Amino acid sequence: MGSASNSVVKLVVAAIKRANALRLVAAIAFGSVLAGCAQSPKRLYHWEAFQAQLYEYFKADSSSPEEQLRLLDAQLEKARARNAPLPPGFRAHLAMIYLRLGRDGEAKQELEAEKVNFPESAPYMDFLLKRMTVPKS
Amino acid sequence: MRTRVFSLGAAAARWGQPAATLVVAAVLGACATPPAPYDYTAFKQNRPVSMLVLPPLNETPEVTATYGVLSQVTLPLAEAGYYVVPVSLMDETFRQNGLNSPAEIHDVSPRKLREIFGADAAVYIKVTQYGTSYRVIASETRVTTQGRIVDLRTGELLWQGTATASSSENRNSNQGGLAGLLVNAIVSQIIETASDTTFKYAGIASQRLLSPKKNGVLYGPRSPNYQKD
Repeated sequence: MGSASNSVVKLVVAAIKRANALRLVAAIAFGSVLAGCAQSPKRLYHWEAFQAQLYEYFKADSSSPEEQLRLLDAQLEKARARNAPLPPGFRAHLAMIYLRLGRDGEAKQELEAEKVNFPESAPYMDFLLKRMTVPKS
Repeated sequence: MRTRVFSLGAAAARWGQPAATLVVAAVLGACATPPAPYDYTAFKQNRPVSMLVLPPLNETPEVTATYGVLSQVTLPLAEAGYYVVPVSLMDETFRQNGLNSPAEIHDVSPRKLREIFGADAAVYIKVTQYGTSYRVIASETRVTTQGRIVDLRTGELLWQGTATASSSENRNSNQGGLAGLLVNAIVSQIIETASDTTFKYAGIASQRLLSPKKNGVLYGPRSPNYQKD
């Protein structure tokens, strides 16, 4: 009697475990289907809040360029520490902020850095660099 | 005729279940198999390396729509393996040339765009829904975008598609657990500094529009999946 009820308990436990396992498998399958379109965990670039910073730049009531520069610099340092590649346009956007601050020399450096890291950007970066060397009227 | 006449109670009962199903379908929709596979002939012939995303046309009353979307299109395309022309500099270049509205910018010839930005393809986006609609039962924040990718060397249309993100799918899928968690995960990655909710959904819609998937944009040369799709 004791062993019979014991085996019943075992059966029930096994059934629960199986149900849980099934649910887990279903969850994983569902999750991987979703993950396929949501995003893969491994990203090519170190994004952090870069897109929110772009939005901040575009907003009419945006924060000061100094504050924007501070956040970009912080991200740059973090990426460097992790040896993680910065996204396309990051250095170019940094250049844009330097231009706003009248720091043209640093802006040029960042445009050059964008070109080095993404040779695809060369035509546009050259277009910008050429215009920057023309004295402002 | 008779089906149109039902009480409010019946309506609630009728809509509860299908609404939940629809939401799950919408979340999965990004992966579900649509009837006709996309014709990638032009895309594969042209294989762009770099993309120029023009400021999106805004067909909504919400003034922030253009830049809410523009600031979030670089991630999906860059992660897909493309170089994306820096959006802030691009916008400034147009402004300094007297082009301030997306409509004017969308009218610039592909040849001219190629000349200035050196990109292989341009992405023309239209925002058709952006913001929160306040309804009696539940308010909803929704962003819908349409995108077209045109090769700037040949003028050929390479790809087009649409995508939507809505707060109602998030809310309802909380019952479903995992789907809700995943949507939340994406949202929470998108950032804390930008306070408006619609911006988050603009980010999800942009990812859905421009990330490689069934019938979506193909992988670009910087992706390990390049030419495997």
